[in-house]
Amino acid sequence: MKFLEKYLHKMEPHFIKGGKYEKWNPLFETLATFAFTPKLVTTKGTHIRDGVDLKRTMFTVVIALIPCLLFGIYNTGHWEYAVAEGNRDIPYFAEMGTKFLTGLTIVLPVVVVSYGVGLTIEFIFGMLRGHSLHEGFLVSGMLIPLTMPADVPLWMVAIATAFAVIIGKEIFGGTGMNVVNIALTARAFLFFAYPTSMSGDKVWMSGLGDKMSTNSADLDGFSGATALGDLASFMSDKATVAGETVQSSMALQSFSSEYGVWESFVGMIPGSIGETSTLACLIGGLLLVLTGVGSLRIILSFFAGGFIMGLLLNMIGGNAYLDLAAHHHLVIGGFAFGAVFMATDPVTASQTAFGKIIYGFLGGFLAIMIRVLNPAYPEGVFLAILFMNIMAPIIDHYIIQANINRRLKRLKTA
Amino acid sequence: MSNTISIRKGLNIRLVGEAKKEIKDISVSSTVGISPLDFHGLTPKMVVKEGDVVKVGDVLFFDKKEASVKFVSPVSGTVKSIVRGDKRRIMNVLISTDGKQTSKKFDVDKVADFSAEDIKALLLESGFWSAIKQRPLDVIANPNNQPKGFFVSSFDSSPLAPDYDYMLGEDFESLQKGFDALSKLTGDKVHLSSKPNSIFNKIKGVKHHSFDGLHPAGNVGTQMHHIDPVNKGEFVWSMNIQEVAAFGKLLSEGTVQATRKVALTGSELKNPHYITVVKGTEMSAILDKAVEGSNVRYISGNVLTGDQKNLTDFLGHYHNQVTVIPEGNEYKFFLTSGWLGHGFDKFSNSRLFPTFLLPKSKKFTLDTNTNGEERAFVVSGELERVFPFDILPVQLTKAAITQDIDGMENLGIYEVAPEDFALCEYVCTTKINIQEKIRQGLDLIASECM
Repeated sequence: MKFLEKYLHKMEPHFIKGGKYEKWNPLFETLATFAFTPKLVTTKGTHIRDGVDLKRTMFTVVIALIPCLLFGIYNTGHWEYAVAEGNRDIPYFAEMGTKFLTGLTIVLPVVVVSYGVGLTIEFIFGMLRGHSLHEGFLVSGMLIPLTMPADVPLWMVAIATAFAVIIGKEIFGGTGMNVVNIALTARAFLFFAYPTSMSGDKVWMSGLGDKMSTNSADLDGFSGATALGDLASFMSDKATVAGETVQSSMALQSFSSEYGVWESFVGMIPGSIGETSTLACLIGGLLLVLTGVGSLRIILSFFAGGFIMGLLLNMIGGNAYLDLAAHHHLVIGGFAFGAVFMATDPVTASQTAFGKIIYGFLGGFLAIMIRVLNPAYPEGVFLAILFMNIMAPIIDHYIIQANINRRLKRLKTA
Repeated sequence: MSNTISIRKGLNIRLVGEAKKEIKDISVSSTVGISPLDFHGLTPKMVVKEGDVVKVGDVLFFDKKEASVKFVSPVSGTVKSIVRGDKRRIMNVLISTDGKQTSKKFDVDKVADFSAEDIKALLLESGFWSAIKQRPLDVIANPNNQPKGFFVSSFDSSPLAPDYDYMLGEDFESLQKGFDALSKLTGDKVHLSSKPNSIFNKIKGVKHHSFDGLHPAGNVGTQMHHIDPVNKGEFVWSMNIQEVAAFGKLLSEGTVQATRKVALTGSELKNPHYITVVKGTEMSAILDKAVEGSNVRYISGNVLTGDQKNLTDFLGHYHNQVTVIPEGNEYKFFLTSGWLGHGFDKFSNSRLFPTFLLPKSKKFTLDTNTNGEERAFVVSGELERVFPFDILPVQLTKAAITQDIDGMENLGIYEVAPEDFALCEYVCTTKINIQEKIRQGLDLIASECM
């Protein structure tokens, strides 16, 4: 690697102040510091520093997302295949290579667009502000595709990413300064700006929308609905499971046979690209917790909050949706993905130890509440987390105030 | 004897280069330097001028704001030069030594009858007052205040720290004399914190406290917080235990003893050991032929709170340790030893590196590389793991950065010194100079609130 180091040394004078490519310094610095940890030494304070830096931290999250990404690619491929066959019940673990490759052709462009647009904007802001790329977007750029439906048009990914990076982050000052989660900002933007492309029965399986609009005959009776879409129908007069009308007394039974707990846990159900597999999320979550990057407090309390809300709804009961078992809620939709990768975003989560428990619990609690009781949105996880992002500073405020009050009390009793 | 307080939030940074238990004498260098910059916030007023002859214990300069606080010469000789920096700020007072170490005589015949005022006067006159630090602000104590407690730590838990049990075992009598005087000075408010099995538990006339666990268990700030925390409007004082012993010696002999035992430590020393050396000795005299390699950093003090020195600089006033570690001014390829490397050579408190898997006996050679660039606060919860105070370190640091005086007061700035944040600074992913920020916050408090 000596030759690369020498080359960078040779190029460096062109990029520092006064050099001919001075303007491009942020780009050069980003690439140079990616390849080599720079030769910066401590000047004040401690003379040695911990090995950890933000690059390694963020890279670990990207690694933790890989199980979700790989499974998402396969799952997307599978449902594309199912659409082509016109049959939802084709075996899941067959023709795996073909399915994976098909999934790759659908998911990869989304990932490329997300990173391409996001990094370009980050570089522009970096150049305006004269600093190299801060690593936050490495994670956001991977999270955004994983929250998208498989059939999302690429231009929508591009504008959602642009919106999230500029409005969600850069106007606040960049990485570490944002108020709400970047990836969820992108998803919320699309959800409210283009609702027909982000919800309904047609968007979760690649190719389904096109096929439906041409009224293809072999789609007779085929439904692209997700578990949450079907559940939402239980609240209306006409309950459907996978496109077939069911009696409300039988609704839960046929739901459980279509989206069994185990199938949902593994992720063999339609949904956003990366969210379906609770198993993959938990593998990633395990890495985050082991390395200390993700907060175990938040993840556990998020699951606990969702589970308790599920139990409460069971106690109320009365229709098929409310009767859905609490643990079943935790494995469908984006619940696990939200708990592991979204709620734990340290910038937008609560910063205090006890605050994290409250924050996570309320996040999970609200996620299931919105999911079940709100007629307009079939999924509540991203809204609940965004809401808790806004609330996190208030939670912290009270924790900090308690600390201050302890000190004041000491002064009075002293 | 109270129960042992065990510090669990903290970090022992395991470095190569602990000092072996043998003591060598270092003869006094031809020039010694006393720098007013070692005393934070001090505006010195010179008493001597270039060419003056001084003895050990003669006043060199005093505090312009508090004229009774005096600073004395550790050697006999002539004042060689008064080095000035920008705006004629006095950077250093250099003294050419005559090698005789003749001392000024203090009247200590009636020590047993000394009142608290007499002891205070002797401390001020002999220059030992400069060893007493006060909180809030972490500066030299104001002699006009009455402290609510006087804290001494009998052990140092920082990386490669000197072992006072070993260094001061022979000075027990002086130590007892010093503590007796301090008790008289403060009206029996001296708290001595030791390790559970320390020889210092035998000191009489002080309130004993027992601490163990992780660094910063030995920091006097940690001990104050767990024994009797400082509130707004209160003052506590502290003194290094070696200074207490030296003051005790003054009480029995009537002369200022300017030699100290210092631990030479660090991975770049051929033979780390203890030395006896006069205060203000030149670094080159201390480290003569002791260092391996040339791309190294000389630190007066420990790796967390010490000052960077050149060989032509002088041992810092408050330091009982000299550390030499390699400089880290080289690029590190990201996959081998850089940010994405295996990391077995790095010591990290985060589990992103395999440090936590390695046996506790494994020691590390760390260099001065920051291992990354400065970033905003992103990761939460990591400072709290090494900060054994009921204070929120990130919030206090942010209040200091934003110069939020109310915020700092509420969050506990009166209790802390920059050194309490040294471990926070070490572990922090942001690479922000937290100690510097806290110091700036304290300076703001000093100018606005005190």
